[in-house]
Formats: sequence, C-alpha cells, structure tokens
Amino acid sequence: MQSTPAHSFLSAAPALTVRKLSIYFGQNKVLKEVSIDVSAKAVTAIIGPSGCGKSTFLRALNRMHELTPEARMDGEIRLFGEDIYARHVEPVIVRRRVGMVFQKSNPFPTMSIAENVTVGLRLNGLRDRKLLAERTEESLQMAALWNEVKDRLNAPAISLSGGQQQRLCIARALAVRPEVLLMDEPASALDPLATQKIEDLIIDLKKDYTIVIVTHNMQQAARISDFTAFFYLGNLVEFGQTAKIFTNPANKQTEDYVTGRFG
Amino acid sequence: MTAPNHKWRKFKSGFMQVIAFGCAILVLLPLVLVFEHTISQGFSSINWDFFTKLPKAVGETGGGMANAIVGTFILIGEAALVGVPIGVLGGVYLSEYGGSRLNWWIRFAADVLNGVPSITWGIVVYALLVVPMHGPSALAGGIVLGMMMVPLIMRTTEEVLQLVPGGYREASLALGITKWQTIVQIVLRTALKGIVTGVLLAVARVAGETAPLLFTAFGNLGWTHSLKEPVAAMPLVIFNYAISPYEDWHRVAWAGAFVLLMLMLTINISVRFLTRDRFSRIQAEVIKRHPNN
Repeated sequence: MQSTPAHSFLSAAPALTVRKLSIYFGQNKVLKEVSIDVSAKAVTAIIGPSGCGKSTFLRALNRMHELTPEARMDGEIRLFGEDIYARHVEPVIVRRRVGMVFQKSNPFPTMSIAENVTVGLRLNGLRDRKLLAERTEESLQMAALWNEVKDRLNAPAISLSGGQQQRLCIARALAVRPEVLLMDEPASALDPLATQKIEDLIIDLKKDYTIVIVTHNMQQAARISDFTAFFYLGNLVEFGQTAKIFTNPANKQTEDYVTGRFG
Repeated sequence: MTAPNHKWRKFKSGFMQVIAFGCAILVLLPLVLVFEHTISQGFSSINWDFFTKLPKAVGETGGGMANAIVGTFILIGEAALVGVPIGVLGGVYLSEYGGSRLNWWIRFAADVLNGVPSITWGIVVYALLVVPMHGPSALAGGIVLGMMMVPLIMRTTEEVLQLVPGGYREASLALGITKWQTIVQIVLRTALKGIVTGVLLAVARVAGETAPLLFTAFGNLGWTHSLKEPVAAMPLVIFNYAISPYEDWHRVAWAGAFVLLMLMLTINISVRFLTRDRFSRIQAEVIKRHPNN
C-alpha cells in the first residue's frame, strides 16, 4: 500500500504538485509518502475517516502544520512549479498565496464586517482606502455575501449568522487574492441551507480558484468536486476523477468507504 | 423511605448552611468598618484646601496634601511606565512564545515575586538605586512600584491571552499575517479589556503601598520639581500624620485615607464596568460559538 504515482488524467499544468509527502508529529508518522497533483481551477476533495491525515495534508499545503510543535515533513510540494518548502521561502508568503478557511468560522470579534474582509491586506501594509473599499466589495461579492451586508459593513462581524460568518471568512481569505484556497470542512458546523450556499459558492469560485476541500460529507464531495482523494491511515489510497471514485473505484477500501460500509 | 436519622441530618445540613452564610457575611464586615470609619472621620476633614494647599507646619491649622496627591499620581505614572510594557510583553511571551520549561520557571518566579513582602522590594531598590543616587527620589519610588506591578500584570495578561481562542491566531496566520502582527492586532486587541483590567488592578494594588516608599520616595513636605528629588505620596503622609501626636494632623490623615479609598473604589468600579461590558460579552460569544475551546 504505497503512494499512488502522479496521474496522467490532468490536462492543464497542476497548481500543486505533491511528491512523497510525509508528515511526522514527533515519532508519529501521520502522513505517508503522499504524491498528488492538484489541478488548477478545479475542486479537489479530500475524504477519509477521522484521523486519516486529511487535515494534516491540507495544512501542509500552506505550511500551517508547522504551527504544531514537533511537526516535521519530508518530500516536496510545488506551487506552480515553486518549491514552497525551499530554504529561502517564508511561510508568511506561502500563506498569502495559499489561503485557508477553517471548520469553525472565526471572524475577528473586535472588527467590523469590512475590517474583517480587509484585515489581511491592511496588516500587510495596504493603506489605500479606495482600493480597500474596492476589495471589500469584490471579495464579499465573490463570497456571495455582499447583498446581505452591504448596508451594514461597519457592524460587528460577530453580529452575523453562522453561515454568514463562514462566508465572511471566505471573503476574508479571498481578499488577499490567493492562488489556491484550502477549506477544512467549511460547512460541517452549518445547517443544510447555509451548507448549500457554501457549496454553490465553491462551485462558483472554481472558475478563478484552485480549491482543495477536506470533507466528511461524501455527498458533498460528490456534488462539488472534480477530483477526489481518499486517505486512510495516512496513506493516499486512491485519487482520481470524482465520478470515477464514486461510481467505479479501483480500490476495495475506497469502494467500502464511499458506499458507507466503513468509516 | 426515610432514613432513621433523617431529621437530624436535615437539621445539620441547614445549620451548616447558616454557618457558611454567616462566614460569608463576615467578609463584608471589615469592608463596612473601613468605610464607616474613613467616611465618618475623613469626609468632614475634606475641604478645598485639602486638595490645593501644601501641608502646614505643626501648630498652624489648615493646610492640605496637594503635593502628596500629585506625588501619588506621579508615582503611579512612573510605575505604569515601568510595569505595563514589561508586564504585558512578558505575558505575551508566556502565552504566545516560549518553551514550556522556561515558561514554568518564569511563572514560578512571577508567583514568588507576587508574594514578596512589599518592604523587601523597598530595601532592594534602596540598595540598588537610592544608595548609588545618594538619596531617595521620585524615580526610585516609581521604579519600586513598577517592579511590583510587573509580575501582577504579566500573569493576568498571560491568563487573558490564553482565553483568546487559537482559531483567531490560525485564521490570522493563514492570511499571511506575521506572528507579531497577529499578536498585536488580533490577540492583544481581542484581549484588550482583560489586559486593561489587569493593569488597573495592579495600579490599585500599588497605589496604596506605603512600606516600599519609606526609603525610596521618602516623602516631601513641598513640591517635587524633578524625579531626582524625594516625593510625597498619600500613603506616606497618612502614615506620618497618623503616628504624630497632633489632632489636626490626624484629621488630615483621615481625609487622606478617605481620598485613597475613593481612588481604590473608582478603580474597582471601573474594573467591574470593563469586565461586564464588551470584554465579557465577547468572551461569552466566543465560548458560545466554540464550546470545545
């Protein structure tokens, strides 16, 4: 049971090429020689049972796993050809290019809606008010939140509903114009209606963005993703086009998981 | 089914509740006594002169402690200049950086320092600052109070920073915001009310200190024109006047005690106000939305 080699079904140049990626937490090897090509402007879903390493994989893509003490990685990740773990590359720069949305919506409670959207720009030194206002509208439009909040941009962000807060977090991530957007179970804490809004949004966003989404929800992966990777116990078991993974998986374990027989 | 001694047990339970209630009420008693005495004795001696005039020589009536009131604020200001930056940044280090072993020692040191008797602080600063400077000064007085504030502020800052959910730090770092900016703009801002609360409590704690000022600020019968001169402070004046044999001075001491008490009360009410206002609302909101944090 080893890493799947690079896949030939990708047509365009991949946004992310991951080669033999292993992650250790202390002595614990939580991700084992994973190799994957993430297509640009497509949605790639990462599925697998809890503890399979899918969140760790996602966090390695923008070096967020480095926040965990004793985390260590082996292998290579290239973002449009550039090694994001090269010695001279700052994690801060990687994270501006590879944004992230978390499971729990986490707008900053001390800031207004508009301030939340522009926080990444402002704290990276952008001062131009006109430009900030433009980006606020643009990002909120992209996150399908503009119409709901345009009349109260200065209201506290925590006055929004849970689903709105999550879309605000997406707008906040989009405002710095990343090339890739990582999403770690972005809808798992939301009700079905709010979930559907997020899913519609993701499908809409792939016109411009490369999206990698971790999800526990198989139907969600089937609905919104173009490619699906199935992880189990730190291994990438199978990776392919979503339609194939869900209708005709090559691997028995994948089949068992997507049909709900385990996991 | 009733146990055979049910009535006796019920009585014991009720009895202990009454005892516990009585003890809780006893906590209020000293507070009532303090207020009763300082208000009844001090309030009548308060007049405009008290706030505007310098102390008079023995035998002359009237006079005030304008210089001591100003002196106390000078000392608090100096102490805050020393204690706030060091305490807050130390708390930031404990909460946001630092290996766990070093942290353990820093916390331990801070907790020990919090328990050091205030007279000891005075002696240490006397040896380190007053002796080399050939005399007591406002500078030495401010520094000793500032040093006492550091461990207090450090620990409260650390505690309130720990209450800021990790999700905010992650969200900020994931935006490509640097760690320092994350700390200043996200973490400290979220915890600001709590930090201010900690600072105010530390101010309240040192503002009434007398012992460490005895050989550092020393006291001054007139105005202080430079930080190198000794300075008057309300607790010092109260001390000196209270142990004097003069009735008139006793009255001024009571008035001073009353003003100092009002200062403490103001600070404590501000703290209550701050903690019941936005900070706690944000906290409640945070806890509500992140039950697992």
